Amino acid sequence: MSPPADAGPQARRRFSRAERAVHWSVTMLMTVCILTAAILYNEPLAILVGHRRAVELVHVYAGFALPLPLLLGVASIAYRADLRRLNRFTSSDWRWLRSRRRRDGTIRVGKFNAGQKVNASLTAGSIFVLLGTGLLMFFPHLARLSWRTGATFVHDWFALGLGLLVLGHIAYALKDPEARRGMRLGEVSDEWARAEHPAWADELDAEQDPNAA
Amino acid sequence: MPPDEPRERAGAPVGRRTVVGLLALGGAGVVGGSWVQNGLARLLAPLENRDPTGLIALFPLGDTFRFYSVTGSVPTRTAASYRLAVSGLVTRPATYTLADLQALPQTRFVHDFQCVTGWRVPDVHWAGVPLSLLLRRAEPSPAARAVRFHSFDGAYTESMTLDEAHRSDVIVALQMLGAPVTHDHGGPVRMYAASMYGYKSTKWLSGIELTRDAVPGYWERRGYDIDGTIKD
Repeated sequence: MSPPADAGPQARRRFSRAERAVHWSVTMLMTVCILTAAILYNEPLAILVGHRRAVELVHVYAGFALPLPLLLGVASIAYRADLRRLNRFTSSDWRWLRSRRRRDGTIRVGKFNAGQKVNASLTAGSIFVLLGTGLLMFFPHLARLSWRTGATFVHDWFALGLGLLVLGHIAYALKDPEARRGMRLGEVSDEWARAEHPAWADELDAEQDPNAA
Repeated sequence: MPPDEPRERAGAPVGRRTVVGLLALGGAGVVGGSWVQNGLARLLAPLENRDPTGLIALFPLGDTFRFYSVTGSVPTRTAASYRLAVSGLVTRPATYTLADLQALPQTRFVHDFQCVTGWRVPDVHWAGVPLSLLLRRAEPSPAARAVRFHSFDGAYTESMTLDEAHRSDVIVALQMLGAPVTHDHGGPVRMYAASMYGYKSTKWLSGIELTRDAVPGYWERRGYDIDGTIKD
């Protein structure tokens, strides 16, 4: 007696297993990086914890590993498709960013809104900049002293920026249980999909039933 | 079909451009960051000192100390309990109290503190006993060619050749930043070698031992050069 797929509230598949694996691996490594960074950088914490070498090694290896899930994800078709979506900015994305009414649904958002796209590219770029500058600091023979000073400068400011991006990302997630469910279980309700990402919901309908379009 | 759908897949590759832009910015920052940082620090230091909100101090201007300690917690040594032993290949081993060291002739100068990883604290005021004076008083035996420093943190050691140890900018520091060396900065007594990277300036100094050869120190066993002289 199961209802037909198109009747009533229905679960929408948002993220594949591979995509969620990438997300949660990055979450784990990023958390380790941020906690150890706080100890290495913040004076009272550095004095409290000490053990500079151990903390530094954990930070450095978590940092080296951080881009790996992002790169390994490319093996997944769903991940590559979402990378393409995040990469491309349409004219309605620019309107969305400028509009004060971006949340009221007048601008029909696809799978990702423009804010999510901006966050994704800033986060990815920052991770690779932090990796490069981190390498220069960890292996002092790679570059001359003034470049190492520059690398420290860049590492500090990008870490601050990335920290703020992560805080913003968590703040938005905390406000939206259904979005969190999407990343935890891979599925969201049809209602949520239609309210937050209507153009994406239409796309899924068209894929399921080409005649409906 | 909804009108937005075809355009959703098209559009400019802004994401990729953002990533490439950040990488370029990072690269420019590595090459020019040292210069920008000096300017920023010079511009903001007077404000930072008078900033009642303390907000400026939250920005990573890169001109402040980062506190390194390789052990969990370091015992406190007071003026009464502090001792510095000069030992090893010497004719006259000695143990100095803090008062003994304070009674010796002091050298004062202003010099940057430079970490091998790149960060630098400009224009730090230093004062202390020239290491060469303590060495002269100990009368090293002809076999001694290097100096090994011990820390009362129980783990850290460092070394220099005897020639390096005789440089006039190598001091047993009793003061830094215009005041007695604080515990967190390695007080009451630490090494400071102006022409070498920070890892050569042993904090919480407890012993100066003359040895036949330079014994690799804590960070040197973990990859840093035994010759810590600052090179551009």
